[in-house]
This record gives sequence, C-alpha cells and structure tokens, in this order.
Amino acid sequence: MKIKLFYFAKVREMVGIDQEEVDLESDIKTLAELIAFLKLRGSQWQAIFDMSSSYRVAVNHELAKASYKINANDEVAFFPPITGG
Amino acid sequence: MSVYVQQDLFDLQSITQQLKKLHNSGASVTFEGYVRDFDLGNDKLEILELEHYPGMTEKALLHIESQAMSRWRLDDIYIVHRYGKLKVGEPIVGIVVFAKHRKEAFDACHFIIDFLKSDAPFWKKEITNHQSYWVDAKKVDDEEKNKWN
Repeated sequence: MKIKLFYFAKVREMVGIDQEEVDLESDIKTLAELIAFLKLRGSQWQAIFDMSSSYRVAVNHELAKASYKINANDEVAFFPPITGG
Repeated sequence: MSVYVQQDLFDLQSITQQLKKLHNSGASVTFEGYVRDFDLGNDKLEILELEHYPGMTEKALLHIESQAMSRWRLDDIYIVHRYGKLKVGEPIVGIVVFAKHRKEAFDACHFIIDFLKSDAPFWKKEITNHQSYWVDAKKVDDEEKNKWN
C-alpha cells in the first residue's frame, strides 16, 4: 500500500527530507505502527517520535490519532506543535 | 467568509473599508498581529520566518471561520495570514469580523485568534544576528482555546 509522507518545520530539519512516497508492508495498518517503523530509521527519527509532545500528525489535512487506520494514497504529515498567529 | 495565505504585506484598514461596503453591519472588530522586536544583549531578531502546510492551512482557517459563523450571528469574516520571511514590525495575521452588534463581533474575533493559534499549521523560526531557532509552542495557547469549550 502506497502512501505519501510530508515533514514540516523542525521535524523536516531533523529527518532531512520534506516528502517521500513509501510502500508499506501489510503489517503496518495504523499510524502507531507507521511511527514504530519510522523510528527504526535512526537516532534523529527516534528523537522525534519518542516524545509525543514534540510532534503532531495529520492525515489528508486533518489532525489524526495514533489509532487511525491507514488507507492507500493517504497523505500523512508530521510536524511540531503549531506556533502561528 | 474568506481566507488568504500569502507572502505579501496586507493593509487591514483598506480591506476593512472595502468589505464594509458589502454589508449592512453595525460593527466590525479587527485583530492584527505583528512581528515583535526583541533584543537579548547581543542576540537581536532580524527575520521571523514562517513555514506552513499548504492545503491544510487554508482548510483549517476555513473550518475556524465556519465554527465562528455557526456560533454567533455574523455578517462576514476575513482572515489573512502571511508566511515566508518577515521583518520586525510587519503584520503577520489579520482578522476582520462584521456583525450587527459589537458583542458578537468582539467574541467571534477573540475566538478566531485563539483557535488559529492552536489549529492552523504555521511554525515560526526566529533568525537573529547570531543564530536561528524554532519557536516552541506555548501551553497557554492551548489553554486559551480550551476556554471556549
């Protein structure tokens, strides 16, 4: 199942990429499982995803919870807590 | 209702005057946020850089406008938010709310800025003459939003 991943602000700088397409193995069904998979990529990824206070997740432009079940072609974005206004 | 996400400067006074012609409103309340200067000894702010999530930003701002519209009797709402490199003193965000009466206009404008601060995906980076760093989210911003529940 292919999905698109986007990274913004401090999260983007830490992981070193702004977007990518990944083809998920069938055992990755939820956001929590996707995050566990991304953490295996290295220490920068672990540093972000180890602290739930340091990132937010949106799916198809809406904030989403870790239990969200991923669908093909979903646009999943990871970013820090918001600081606009 | 309208939402603008742009790099360019905006003039909230002339926007308000233009919109006023479209409505028979009794009141308008505007909020404008600026880039605040700071000077910590040798560390002086030069640029505030704003990043956002195109697509999600517009959707989040429209959703906030819809929530305000259904909560109060309003004639119109206008939101403009900038991104990119901003200088000290420049406007970052502008909100105009038109209503028949002042209370609705005041309350809705306050509601919109509180929700914008925690729901619209913008991130600020402060660039000083020595370094640059991402601004940390403030807990108080979530608390201000939760007051409206």
